[in-house]
Amino acid sequence: MKRIYVNEAWCLGCHLCEYYCAFANSGEDDMVKALKGVTIHPRIQIESQGNISFAVSCRHCPEPLCVKGCITGALTQKDGVITIDENKCVGCYTCILSCPYGAVMPGEGTAVQKCELCTRNAQGSPACVAGCPNQAIVWEER
Amino acid sequence: MRYVIIGNSAAAIGCVEGIRAVDPAGSILLVSQEPYHTYSRPLISYLLQGKTDRERMKYRPDSFYDDHGVECRLGTAVTAVDPAAKEIVLEGGQRLPYDRLLCATGSQPFVPPMEGLDSVDKKFTFLSLDDALALERALTADSRVLIVGGGLIGLKCAEGIAGRCASITVVDLADRILMSILDAEAAALMQAHLETHGLVFHLGDSVSSFQEHRAQLQSGGTVDFDVLVLAVGVRPRTQLLAAAGAQIDRGIVTDANGLTSLPDIYAAGDCAASWDISSESRRVLALLPNAYMQGETAGRAMAGEPKPFNKAIPMNAIGFFGYHIITAGSYTGQAHVHSHGQDYKALFTQDDRLKGYILMGDVARAGIYTALIREQTPLSTVDFDLIMEKPQLMAFSRTDRIQKLGGAPC
Ligand SMILES: Cc1cc2nc3c(=O)[nH]c(=O)nc-3n(C[C@H](O)[C@H](O)[C@H](O)COP(=O)(O)OP(=O)(O)OC[C@H]3O[C@@H](n4cnc5c(N)ncnc54)[C@H](O)[C@@H]3O)c2cc1C
Repeated sequence: MKRIYVNEAWCLGCHLCEYYCAFANSGEDDMVKALKGVTIHPRIQIESQGNISFAVSCRHCPEPLCVKGCITGALTQKDGVITIDENKCVGCYTCILSCPYGAVMPGEGTAVQKCELCTRNAQGSPACVAGCPNQAIVWEER
Repeated sequence: MRYVIIGNSAAAIGCVEGIRAVDPAGSILLVSQEPYHTYSRPLISYLLQGKTDRERMKYRPDSFYDDHGVECRLGTAVTAVDPAAKEIVLEGGQRLPYDRLLCATGSQPFVPPMEGLDSVDKKFTFLSLDDALALERALTADSRVLIVGGGLIGLKCAEGIAGRCASITVVDLADRILMSILDAEAAALMQAHLETHGLVFHLGDSVSSFQEHRAQLQSGGTVDFDVLVLAVGVRPRTQLLAAAGAQIDRGIVTDANGLTSLPDIYAAGDCAASWDISSESRRVLALLPNAYMQGETAGRAMAGEPKPFNKAIPMNAIGFFGYHIITAGSYTGQAHVHSHGQDYKALFTQDDRLKGYILMGDVARAGIYTALIREQTPLSTVDFDLIMEKPQLMAFSRTDRIQKLGGAPC
């Protein structure tokens, strides 16, 4: 399966991936409208310290602890991609407790949010990858 | 192969999915006392709160049993297991054969004997959808509710009904709430929060007797109430396998594949005891993720491709009126406590390992801590200051980070 892989040696820490993610999932088609003056809630997040930085997002684990542990059945995995049914999620945060990467996060409403590889927005393929200026985030088969 | 599963909740569903990951053909019969399509038990409080409904609280889609080739006997209790004949006995006496059996009978409420309890007309436990529906029918906007038990279930019930009754009083023998998951400081923070939502607590106290609508407390006070909820505790539902001769140690004793002491009989979920690697002891871990994973593990083993589950730890994510708690592991060793307003963090370290933690308020990325406990990662291999500051992958070595984000995932 094609996954997102991150190479910290090439990450500039520019946070563009966060903006592309937030834009892709905003439902807006105007970037200014989606992002200007807005506190963004991206599903990919940069960690940085000194001159080290890297992006973290869902790894779509083959044995996903978040899906197995989900108390409502809101998190499911199909064709390798883990998605959330916001309608079922009650925001108990068992997935936040379970994810070893810290890649599931509270959303803007009750439900949690996570990277769904842009399969459920208009983008169709990961916006963070397309927007990364230095190929520090790639989407490929390994 | 003929698989039989007793139960229809997280462990049973995990077992179905575990079997089908290996064996698409064998027949699966699922027998459950509750008459409902599989539902999420923890959501019964959210149902009363109006945050979910009967449709959305289904744990799996309507097509689940068909999709997985499962024959169901819902609303039917199993009354006995006969390991010699390899049969189960249904209420009414019908006997059905199995090649491999899973017992996933879960928990039952524990109600200690209490003087005068018979005189109380509206009294409920809070463990099942039927319990929640019965409680809902009894409640009116004028109801004064008394909840005996300030643990997870009692307080989840309180949250669920807070908007639909006149008052809620909680009595607990312990001197703090959520005794099983919080330390004293965190419990005090949560108690203060619950009090702002109108809950009244009598802690370090107990009911000495009931007289219809009045509870006499050990301390001398009284509480007048209309509706009583008994949430003192739960016990593993072990009777079926105990009578069949299986080894019981509080819960049904199983190995890392879910196999009991009886041949071809497996057990999983709240009815079983598991090996907790954080306390190195056998415990009943009555938690949904654990139930699912034990069920799935048993399913794979029953179908002949075992993949042992030996990383069980206590862990909990729970929130009350928007204030979140995430905890895991055991609170032994040295405590590292950091508290700031509503945010509370306690990390417990021993022998170069993270043994347990409590996070309240800011719970972001808690799973990174959970993984340190589960994987028993030596703390000498991570940056201690960074990991104490917050859960972050930056705390791991460069080699580990590259593996985590550039290698194969879990
Ligand atoms: C109010 C409440 C809130 C909770 N909140 C959380 C939470 O936030 N997070 C969390 O991790 N856990 C929570 N839990 C615990 C969680 O619900 C359990 O750990 C989980 O449901 C255990 O699943 P199980 O499959 O082992 O058994 P159960 O869910 O107890 O199901 C047992 C099944 O066995 C069937 N059964 C029993 N006896 C028989 C018999 N003789 N014949 C046939 N069928 C039988 C029952 O009908 C049922 O289908 C909560 C529990 C409650 C009550």
